[in-house]
Amino acid sequence: MPEHTFRLNGEQVTVDVADDVRLLWVLRDLLGVTGPKYGCGISVCQACTSHFNGKAITPCTVPVSALEESDEITTIEGLPDTVGQELHPMQEAWLEQDVSQCGYCQPGQIMTAVDLVRRASDEGRQITDEDLDGIRNICRCGTYPRIRDAIRNGAERM
Amino acid sequence: MSEPGASPVPRPGAHVVARRRFLGYVLAGATLVTAAAPVLPAAAEAEDAQTADLTDIVDLNDVMTLAGKPTSLSITVEVHDDGTVSFALPRAEVGQGITTSTAMLIAEEMDLPLDRVRVTLADARPELLFNQLTGASNTTISTYTPIRVAAAAARLRLMEAAADEFGSEVGALTLRDGVISDESGHSADIGTLAAKAASETDEEVDVELKSAQAFNDVGEPQNRIDALEAVTGRKKFAMDLAVENALPTMVCRAPTINGTPASVANADTVLEMAGVTDVATISTGVAVRARTFGQCIDAVRALEVSWASGSADGLSDADVLRELEGAEPRMPLPLPGVSRLEEKFTFHFRNNSALESNCAIADVRSDSAEIWSGLKSPIVAQGEIAKLLGLRQSAVTVHVTESGGSFGRKLFFDAALEAAEASKAFGKPVKLMWHRADDTRQGRTQPMAISRVRISHTRNRVLRYDQRHTSVATDLSHGFGDVVTAMAAQVPGLDGTFSQVFFQLSQATSYDFGLSTRLLNETNRSFNTGSMRNVYSPNVLTTRELMVDRLAREWDRDPYELRRDFLDDERSRAVLDKVAEVGEWGREMPEDTAQGIAFMHEYKSVCAVLVEIDCRPETIERPIRNGVAGPRVTKAVCAVDVGLAVNPRGLEAQMQGGIMDGIALALTSGLHLEDGHFLEASWDNYFYTRQWNTPPEMEVVVMPANGEPGGAGELAVAPANAAVACAYGRATGTMPTTFPINHGDLSFDPIPTEPPIPESPTDGLDDAV
Repeated sequence: MPEHTFRLNGEQVTVDVADDVRLLWVLRDLLGVTGPKYGCGISVCQACTSHFNGKAITPCTVPVSALEESDEITTIEGLPDTVGQELHPMQEAWLEQDVSQCGYCQPGQIMTAVDLVRRASDEGRQITDEDLDGIRNICRCGTYPRIRDAIRNGAERM
Repeated sequence: MSEPGASPVPRPGAHVVARRRFLGYVLAGATLVTAAAPVLPAAAEAEDAQTADLTDIVDLNDVMTLAGKPTSLSITVEVHDDGTVSFALPRAEVGQGITTSTAMLIAEEMDLPLDRVRVTLADARPELLFNQLTGASNTTISTYTPIRVAAAAARLRLMEAAADEFGSEVGALTLRDGVISDESGHSADIGTLAAKAASETDEEVDVELKSAQAFNDVGEPQNRIDALEAVTGRKKFAMDLAVENALPTMVCRAPTINGTPASVANADTVLEMAGVTDVATISTGVAVRARTFGQCIDAVRALEVSWASGSADGLSDADVLRELEGAEPRMPLPLPGVSRLEEKFTFHFRNNSALESNCAIADVRSDSAEIWSGLKSPIVAQGEIAKLLGLRQSAVTVHVTESGGSFGRKLFFDAALEAAEASKAFGKPVKLMWHRADDTRQGRTQPMAISRVRISHTRNRVLRYDQRHTSVATDLSHGFGDVVTAMAAQVPGLDGTFSQVFFQLSQATSYDFGLSTRLLNETNRSFNTGSMRNVYSPNVLTTRELMVDRLAREWDRDPYELRRDFLDDERSRAVLDKVAEVGEWGREMPEDTAQGIAFMHEYKSVCAVLVEIDCRPETIERPIRNGVAGPRVTKAVCAVDVGLAVNPRGLEAQMQGGIMDGIALALTSGLHLEDGHFLEASWDNYFYTRQWNTPPEMEVVVMPANGEPGGAGELAVAPANAAVACAYGRATGTMPTTFPINHGDLSFDPIPTEPPIPESPTDGLDDAV
């Protein structure tokens, strides 16, 4: 079986699996990294959102063979390490707003939020209502208002 | 059909229990274990202070609460030597926050810091009979007193043990933050007293509960106790559990609803595919087990299966609608010389999927089985799984896992049954999960319904309010039915078929509309149905509130003022007044925008919602990629009175989520039935509320405490649905009669039904590089 090597949450990992297996299943089924959740498998619900070299992706749409040895995948589990803290500022904002209900979509929501704030910041601007309206992540519990508040709060801390 | 009659549901009054002394138990054990004394329903009649008077048992929640009482002794609080207190909650946590509110109740009664209380979810326990069913917003209503009695008994025993240890009187002791002390300098952590406070035999103890006025933390906003796990990705749902050798498993399903496998042409070839370990035909399709779910998806897509017909082959929306129209119960003869308003409303099928799709882990052996799944009726599930496997019920262990949402879906255990069947067929453990397309197309739905209302009125008075609700049959076979059957002998009126009883018990007229009749008729059992964060209420209430707006137009009255005049109790008027005040009812609005207001009374709680909607063409047509724009609810205000909100912050979250559901039901989320299958197969087909539909402004007002807890989990859905519908009607000058309002426009290209699930894309890095 082909070997695939990439960086996961700061560590080099290698898996033996067919080329076309999507990253989500490599993370969850082979490496036991279960923060990214399954909700659709076709990049609609965004519950698996993680970062590829710092940018948001949906691992359900990335064949593991597309990753290079030096590519860094960050899941919710590795997010705090990117700032060298116990928790990332966005996670702290999430706790402060008590955003989670069932919690299933929350890792994906937080990874999307961090990416959104970084992109706005790269463009030298604040988060707008239009940015928030553009988030596609599903929260079936409907905690959208608290997500909006937490992203604005988290943006100020980042 | 049920008999017409005056409303059996009471006016909303606070849920008040006067006496504060209760009987608790200390159970035999090496450490301190306590419980509330069981109250048998027969005894309950005399013990009127401890439970509602049987003659007043008129809503569904009373029936459920009463049904659970005889088994309260089996639900115990345990004090450990490390100073923590544990409680295995016999309910499902699906996001509604009951583990947090339960921990708060125990911490309050025992004067403990919240982090000393560990609340877990109990395995299926058949001895609990009806006391392990999560639904109808009943958890806090039914557990509020027994949990506190058990905690108070533990507190009392710990105080007695400390008094003995210190050589002082209980009355001279104080308990604060888990430490008991007296004035002469003695002090001991409760953990060090847990063994001393234990009992060698079961003992009765008379306990006094804290009065609501003495509460320190109950009633104060509290963040969820599982929030840190959720935001760090550490919270474990069923599919996150590591059960040895339980490999990913998926099922290849028929192209039509409930189609069954006839034969498989290429099982051997599929078995050769990378990662695939097993292929077997089960009753619902062809199960595939593989090293990863990705390989299951590929295998399901590669299977060549011929299918026997399903349960709804050939049926489309129009066929079902015609059948419903033919089954409508008749309206009474019109009153002579009286004006009438009459309208019929259509509610399309809805999907009640949670974000976590149907899933379960099963390890079936020759003489036993072990199941892990998010289950709201685990005892019924355990019994059905045992029957399927030919095992004794006690040989099946059912672990209730944390659920990634429910909304009614997890009252059923479709995936747990399937996982058990697949594990048995393979002779190996399985981690079985439904694909989203399966969950949407073959999963359970809120059934299509039509609701007809007639208001008979004179110039200022409503003489009759008649509602006829006709629905595709709702499957309520998950335990509620058993409760009602068991209680029928003791509760007058529970003698219809279960769905009729449920309908009558769960629907209130609320307004003083003279004689009120409600009838339910059900037809067509071809579909996989269930409740969806309420059973009938969103449809019944939206119909009613739109007709109240219509009456206001007819009488040239203000819709808020008219509602206010016909509500005859203070709690109801107070929530309506509150949203009118906070939402600035009646303010000037631009053309094509409007306010809407609605009121709801259910399960001892009252709730009002006011929304503002923007139906301007530029808003409706705003560009949304792969989504529905449509009217935008720009503001939502909700006032809620649940008697006592144990955790107002959690209650606010439930109201926010309920409002999102109501917006979706009114505007965007419905299923299209075509030729025996639903067209929707993804969240970009079935449009639950998304961020672009979320009101930028939202406020929830929790009214001051005035009694004991009422229901809250479903409360805001119906009034939000109704308020949005009313606002839409007022903004557009039309009466919307079909929901969701966008049902006529199919705004997506349906995903094919064969193969039954779509391939995962491979271009995920394109936007990131």
